[in-house]
Amino acid sequence: MTQTLSGKDIAAKLETQFPGSILESSEAGILVNSQTLVKLAAYLKTASGFELDYLNYVTAVDYYDYFELVYLFTSLKHNHSLVVKTRCYGRENLTVPSLVSLYRGADYQEREINDLLGIKFEGHPNLRPIFLWEGFEGHPLRKDFLA
Amino acid sequence: MTLLNPVFQLESSWKALPPDWPGGFFWHWLVFTVIILAFVLSVVMAFIWLERRGLGRIQARLGPNRVGPFGLLQPVADAVKVLLKEDIVPFDADKIVHWLAPVVAFTPVMMMFAVIPFQNGALLADLNIGILYFVAISSISTVGIFMAGWGSSNKYSLLSAMRDVASVVSYEIPVVLATAGVVLLAGSLSLNQIVLAQNIPFILLQPLGFLLFFIGACAEINRAPFDLLEADSELTAGFHTEYSGMKFALFYLVEYAEALAVSAIIATLFLGGWRGPFLPPWLWFLIKIFAVFFVIFWIRGTVPRVRIDQLMALAWKFLLPLALLNLLITAIEVLIWPGTLPWLLIFVNIAIMIVLVLLWSRFFKLGWGKVEV
Amino acid sequence: MTLKTEPFVLNIGPAHPSTHGVCRLKARLDGEVITDLECVFGYLHRGIEKLAEERTYTGIIPLTDRLDYLAAMSNNLAYCLSVEKLAGITVPERAHYLRVIMAELQRIASHLIAVGAFLNDCGAFMTPILYMLREREKILDLFEMASGQRLTYNYMRIGGVSQDVPEEFLPALTKFVDEMPAHIDEYDRLLAENEILLARAKGVGILPAELAVNISAGGPVLRASGVRWDIRKADPYTIYDRFQFDIPTGTVGDCYDRYRVRVLEMRQSIRILKQALEQIPAGPSRSAVPQLVRPPAGEAYARIEAPKGELGFYLVSDTSIAPYRCHIRAPSLINLTALRDMIVGWKIADAIIIFGSIDICMGEVDR
Repeated sequence: MTQTLSGKDIAAKLETQFPGSILESSEAGILVNSQTLVKLAAYLKTASGFELDYLNYVTAVDYYDYFELVYLFTSLKHNHSLVVKTRCYGRENLTVPSLVSLYRGADYQEREINDLLGIKFEGHPNLRPIFLWEGFEGHPLRKDFLA
Repeated sequence: MTLLNPVFQLESSWKALPPDWPGGFFWHWLVFTVIILAFVLSVVMAFIWLERRGLGRIQARLGPNRVGPFGLLQPVADAVKVLLKEDIVPFDADKIVHWLAPVVAFTPVMMMFAVIPFQNGALLADLNIGILYFVAISSISTVGIFMAGWGSSNKYSLLSAMRDVASVVSYEIPVVLATAGVVLLAGSLSLNQIVLAQNIPFILLQPLGFLLFFIGACAEINRAPFDLLEADSELTAGFHTEYSGMKFALFYLVEYAEALAVSAIIATLFLGGWRGPFLPPWLWFLIKIFAVFFVIFWIRGTVPRVRIDQLMALAWKFLLPLALLNLLITAIEVLIWPGTLPWLLIFVNIAIMIVLVLLWSRFFKLGWGKVEV
Repeated sequence: MTLKTEPFVLNIGPAHPSTHGVCRLKARLDGEVITDLECVFGYLHRGIEKLAEERTYTGIIPLTDRLDYLAAMSNNLAYCLSVEKLAGITVPERAHYLRVIMAELQRIASHLIAVGAFLNDCGAFMTPILYMLREREKILDLFEMASGQRLTYNYMRIGGVSQDVPEEFLPALTKFVDEMPAHIDEYDRLLAENEILLARAKGVGILPAELAVNISAGGPVLRASGVRWDIRKADPYTIYDRFQFDIPTGTVGDCYDRYRVRVLEMRQSIRILKQALEQIPAGPSRSAVPQLVRPPAGEAYARIEAPKGELGFYLVSDTSIAPYRCHIRAPSLINLTALRDMIVGWKIADAIIIFGSIDICMGEVDR
């Protein structure tokens, strides 16, 4: 079975290296500061004992006050996984660093989040609408977009 | 009995015109033109039916069986449908070229049948350059196809037309060299002479030549596995994408009429033409044509298609050297062993063919793969 | 003096006989060689994730059918597993076995179409795909017996399956499982060593193993590149840990390996079906679940090994009758990430084959 890494353990292990980056942690996963997301992900990808080299998915949820981005990383070698979340507050001008430089699988998924939810990913090489046609106004998956 | 009948022994019984036709040349020409037109059109219809039913059975399904008993009227239904369709010309197309292309593609195909013998002496014109005429005329329809690709102002059509020109030009050479082997054995270019010289069908005496000719001919008429011109899954119909109505019917007819011409030539050159016991000669001829066509569409239903660079590599690196070797070996045999027992030559040739084909395929790599961009 | 040539842009698709749905490949060509490729989709975007926020949990199941419409049972299964994980619902034994049977039958059906369509793209003019469709018809007959439908089954429910299978299902399934290996042997006899197929597909469109892991590829695409990762073994869901089966992997990651992996997976699916047929118990096929499911607040992600890759549903619940957020992790979309790397340098004919060998379904890519 893929073992879900406990967020509390991870937080304890990474506190020294990345102080202040992990905002909350629970059994399910960790919540990180969006500025340190890329450094943390780069560390988790290659550090021995973690080696989380497979990004399962990137998704975002609209919670009215903030948008929460959810990432699931898996290690194919050790067969364990970790949920990492980050938040961006507000409704306009939302930016989050992009993980495309580390995991190319995030490419289309980040474009989808940008298109349907309006979150910009800085560092993404090709952030253009992927599903909606040019000239479409608004971001359909937001809670205040009424079809 | 000598294997080879040199031309000079038979010349006395063969003249260009059958001397006993009342009215002479004009009537001969008229009757045979009518015969050829009727023959081509009806046998093409039979081919269309045969292919669709045959392919259907190969593919574990019934072919068309609604129109007429066993679907026999299906080609008629196709013809009627195609005649009734609207003739659409693309806006940007070069109108004259677009209009002329089917004509230029179709006419040479009909002209090819002038030299094919249905019976002893029964051909429109017993040219003494028969096979050369055939090879020359068959290349003209490629010009028509290229005109179609250009005149359609469509990138897919242009791509497909260029592929066609490249492949036809490449495959001409092995085909011509394979026929040269037959010509050496028969001692004449005239197709009637070649049939007469086949006391033993040349497929046994020239197995390698037959193989080369067959593969080359399949490539010339753009049939599977070399049908990448009208590759439905790549170029949505290729050079005849933009054609509809009667012009499309002409291209469709060209495809099948070329298949008929090639089957007839293979039957004439390698299978003994109209020769055979018991049955009338024209019936034998028809049987052999249908047998060759059966093999052609059987292959179509069985194998995938090759890529254009693999097609060219096959022509230049595989077929051409083998054709040259075949010609060399045939020439040596004709020179050194004119009176030998034919069975010995058959065995020797078949053995040579097997050795050469196996050896070549070991050294031959199909296509060059990825290009560094 | 160099020849002045102009690269030209060719649009392959969206309406094309071989793009497996509506997908536009903008290819920049130099002669016949592709120098650049861009994939444009969105032609089939129906907003399923947004629609899911307005439907009840049970009402989303028909929507999931239409994601990967060639493997509808798998979509249903992934969604139901996700809701059951969220709400803590257990499923009776017989329902587990029925789900596994349906999922493996669906895997065979989907791979039959994948291999058939791949060979159709290679140019084998309909013959292989028609032979495979002949077998798929038998599978669709089985599905029709169970659910009444041939394509979008709506068969799985939260807590089990919608109805138990009729009496004639298990004997018919036994008959199918006994006959199918002979058919797969027939396909192998015709295709596995075919010279032209080897020339077209070997070494074409290579996806190296680290790139495959980096782009989060899944399913046969990942396994053909040599990575042994199958969710049925690594993270077993329902009762897959009770069955014995192998995971076929390729070595190089070219089109031929992807084709081989799919054919071998079909054989393994037959193996699983045989074991499931022996072990299936009697009992209820669905646990008692209220009509309107209200899972407690929270989130859950459940994934399955769908025929095309890792299919997962991420659900967020706020205790109402509809999910707060339903995200679908679509394997086809993510497998397409490296399409440009795989195709550049090859010719148009190869581009079609490589695209076909990844085996995508646009319903899933666009959602």
